Amino acid sequence: MILQVKNLITRFYSVDGVVYAINGVNFALDAGETLAVVGESGSGKSVTMMSLLGLIPQPPGKIEGGQAFLFENGEQQDLLKMSDQQIRRVRGGKVGFIFQDPISSLNPTMTIGKQIAESMTEHLGLNRLEARKRTVELLNEVGIADADRRFDSYPHEFSGGMRQRVMIAIAVACQPKIVIADEPTTALDVTVQAQIIELVQRLQEQLGIAIVWITHDLAVVASMADRVLVMYGGTVVEDALVNDLFDNPQHPYTIGLLKAIPGVTKMGAEERLESIEGAPPDLLRELTFCPFAPRCQFVSDQCLTELPPLITITKQHRAACFYDAEKRKIKEKEVEHGQ
Amino acid sequence: MANNGSNNVLVSVKNLKKFFPIKQGFIFNRQVTQVKAVNDISFEIKQGETLGLVGESGCGKSTTGRAVLQLHKPTSGHVFYEDQDLTTLSEGELRALRPKIQMIFQDSIASLNPRHSVRKIIGEPLVIHNIGTAKTIHNRVVELMELVGLNPKWMKRFPHEFSGGQRQRINIARALALNPRFVVCDEPISALDVSIQAQVVNLLKDLQQQLGLTYLFIAHDLSMVQYLSDRVAVMYLGKAMELADKQTLFKEPLHPYTQSLMSAVPLPQPKLERKRKRIILQGEVPSPSKAPNGCVFHTRCPLAIDRCAKVIPEYRQVHPDHFVACHLVDDQQSSIIKVIGR
Repeated sequence: MILQVKNLITRFYSVDGVVYAINGVNFALDAGETLAVVGESGSGKSVTMMSLLGLIPQPPGKIEGGQAFLFENGEQQDLLKMSDQQIRRVRGGKVGFIFQDPISSLNPTMTIGKQIAESMTEHLGLNRLEARKRTVELLNEVGIADADRRFDSYPHEFSGGMRQRVMIAIAVACQPKIVIADEPTTALDVTVQAQIIELVQRLQEQLGIAIVWITHDLAVVASMADRVLVMYGGTVVEDALVNDLFDNPQHPYTIGLLKAIPGVTKMGAEERLESIEGAPPDLLRELTFCPFAPRCQFVSDQCLTELPPLITITKQHRAACFYDAEKRKIKEKEVEHGQ
Repeated sequence: MANNGSNNVLVSVKNLKKFFPIKQGFIFNRQVTQVKAVNDISFEIKQGETLGLVGESGCGKSTTGRAVLQLHKPTSGHVFYEDQDLTTLSEGELRALRPKIQMIFQDSIASLNPRHSVRKIIGEPLVIHNIGTAKTIHNRVVELMELVGLNPKWMKRFPHEFSGGQRQRINIARALALNPRFVVCDEPISALDVSIQAQVVNLLKDLQQQLGLTYLFIAHDLSMVQYLSDRVAVMYLGKAMELADKQTLFKEPLHPYTQSLMSAVPLPQPKLERKRKRIILQGEVPSPSKAPNGCVFHTRCPLAIDRCAKVIPEYRQVHPDHFVACHLVDDQQSSIIKVIGR
């Protein structure tokens, strides 16, 4: 285990009231694994990761509880208790970040070479020449041809895919243990997405990095994740190995999500996609019961009064639902017959 | 759904071109070059079917959709709706035809006037075309809102009070107000969350069956296109690469670009995904203002030969209802060397 997050709570105090963004998130990350975090917009996937690295603007944001231990050489440090200076050393050092939109995360007035080298002079204490040499190596590594000349290019001279490669170079420059990738391929075309996924997987193998891949695309999850965290309404609703999640989903939200996309069970147009009726929860209300209850077909009284904890189903599979799997199967059959 | 008789073609596009000039200079404002956004495209859409139009960003799929509806005046070529050539119609004639041909836009917030109530938005087409009295318009709006799954009680609300999925339903209701026969759907679901996408896709499908609509469905999400379309056209840099019925195109794609595109799309099946070999194309789509000579795809094509860089491949029919533009597709056998063995 390299990172363990316990009961993280993040809120935003906005003009419209309190936004209950993260309501007690628990998860662990093993060294070298790829953990996919899926969920719809507003489910809290990005805010969780930003909370860990002190990237939440405070105010309006406030981290109101929880612990996040980063393990290294038998020692553990709580990321949430660190000073600004300490957390800055972690960011871009042990933990790298790849954002969705490379054009707004790169400095437009600085050459891309300088932006990569900067993190190495800062974190690894390399001098200018060493940093330049290492940057050129990195650019080669991430697949940018003619790296020596490209060192002096500006971000606008690069295409979207190339910029994302630069972001990846920055993220891995200081030999991180963890790289957090926030929807890194959402803005890219599919053929370029395939290139970027391949690149990240190759680097992960070479460098032994643990990757947290935030996405809303279940197909991308299927193609690259080891383990999956499904988020809804600022909580983790299911945590499973990727094959288990697709073969044997336990939480009604996950079940609904898998039925809502073509290609999992339904290839032909003759079959109807099953949509999840209703809309995602209103985060302006405090979470006192299951966030999915209003849209859930298995809802019971308990779901509307209590917040379900993550229940262990098998060793590697947890789901936050009161409804027992066996009972659910029976009910599913009843529903089918009823129609 | 659609049979193969040629007499039931509703929309026919012939050699459609749309070029945008790139101008430079302030006073003399001369044209330096042009972007060939849509460059010689032909296809037919049959009554009651859905033609999917896919491609990467900048391939000209949205421009095609708009040029078909004459929202962009085509540079050359013809668009026939039944037997009327839309490109030769005057403004007035076109307006008279508009009720039959409608469009659903991608960005539901940008395409709805924030200062108008839902009633005004959905009823506006009826007002513009002078159909009915205030009372009948009101009744029609109620009917339309129920049709797309919105509560008619909400008709006094404004667009910002709705979620993304509901806004897209307002968009759909407006497009349907005048009982169209042909609707261009320009990425209607790409801005929506997964669970909401399914709701809108199901709605589009139900409406097609209820009202006998014909769709041109533009999207970059191949799995949704596969799900919703009867036939699919693949575009690359303003050119049509391949067109076939859905089963053929997804199972036996002939064009190397179609093969690569299918291979690049991940499938939501982890076990299958790990075993699958991928064709990873090198590089990115070139700028449409500097499209390569010959076959526009030759710079990235894993199978390109000398001829591809010089001669533009003819877009031709190799099987009944299967069109492809590639030098490597053998006319006799109409087969191709697979980019990778599957």
